[in-house]
Amino acid sequence: MSTTVWIILAGAVMTYLTRAGGHMVLSRFPRIHPRVEAGLNAVPAAVLTTLVAPAAMQGGVPELTALAVGVVVGWFTGLMPMFFTAAAVLILLRNVMG
Amino acid sequence: MTIDSVAVARGPGEFMRGVQRGVPVLIAAAPFGLLFGTIAHENGFSTFEAVLMSATIFAGASQMVGLDLFGTKVAPWLIVLSIFAVNFRHVLYSATIGRHLSHWSLPEKIIGFFFLIDPQFAEAERRVEERKPITFAWYMGLGLPIYLSWVIESWLGALFGRFIPDPYALGIDFLLPIYFLGLVMGFRKRAMWLPVVATSGVASIAAYHLVGSPWHVSIGAMAGVVLAAFITPVTPNEEDRT
Repeated sequence: MSTTVWIILAGAVMTYLTRAGGHMVLSRFPRIHPRVEAGLNAVPAAVLTTLVAPAAMQGGVPELTALAVGVVVGWFTGLMPMFFTAAAVLILLRNVMG
Repeated sequence: MTIDSVAVARGPGEFMRGVQRGVPVLIAAAPFGLLFGTIAHENGFSTFEAVLMSATIFAGASQMVGLDLFGTKVAPWLIVLSIFAVNFRHVLYSATIGRHLSHWSLPEKIIGFFFLIDPQFAEAERRVEERKPITFAWYMGLGLPIYLSWVIESWLGALFGRFIPDPYALGIDFLLPIYFLGLVMGFRKRAMWLPVVATSGVASIAAYHLVGSPWHVSIGAMAGVVLAAFITPVTPNEEDRT
């Protein structure tokens, strides 16, 4: 097998370890400290924010407008309307301004 | 939990509800699958290697980073380490969602954790918020179509990627940030949501400039998590019990 295939397979094993590892470690503890519990409850918002913020920082007018519209629509509706409205705004502005 | 939710917690209905939840994910991720296949092909990957990478690693950002490094003369172990670094956030996902999977059997856990990508984790957490159990059928209904289309798109991208029309005009490079923003907002009723989002946002941007990608994800995330751990009021009684 080529080096590339070996690197891919090693990368796959490491990736799987990150996905199973957190639970494997945490499940060794019979009780979870309430502060750890509070920290874990913040994981979705904390991690997902880091996937948005730097992209937003580098965005121009179409990108930032799309995100702003997304915040407003998302506040009053759900994920699906928010996603499609913001995507439509982005595509429209990119084509108008581009 | 009512009798109702126990009754719906099995069977094909549960699987299909998961499939439905995955629709926006499929749309948001599809261009990236194609893009990955295309870039892989351009970087000298065979179609088999591109598909193998998507099928076994199944993590878009880290696959792109991996591709980037294959083009250079970087040592193999360093490429593997980079993939690990980009994917490190999954450790937090795994610890967080694992608390709600205690009713799964060991084989279900072993299989399930393979599919724990960003949207999979976020949708599972939303399910927890709705006070519905995360059944294995629902979880796989969500995860399997996403996985299969990711693999197929990589394959199509490697074969035909150069035929994609102007990706910028179609906005495909920015669909995932929009989708992730939607997910972030979905958690706005949680305790400490705004302080956590503000802290992680500022910390990740700062780390992006000072330390660089991909570390801004882990650093930004830890900032928000640590903040929540410290400022969330914990009664002394609760603290005693641990």
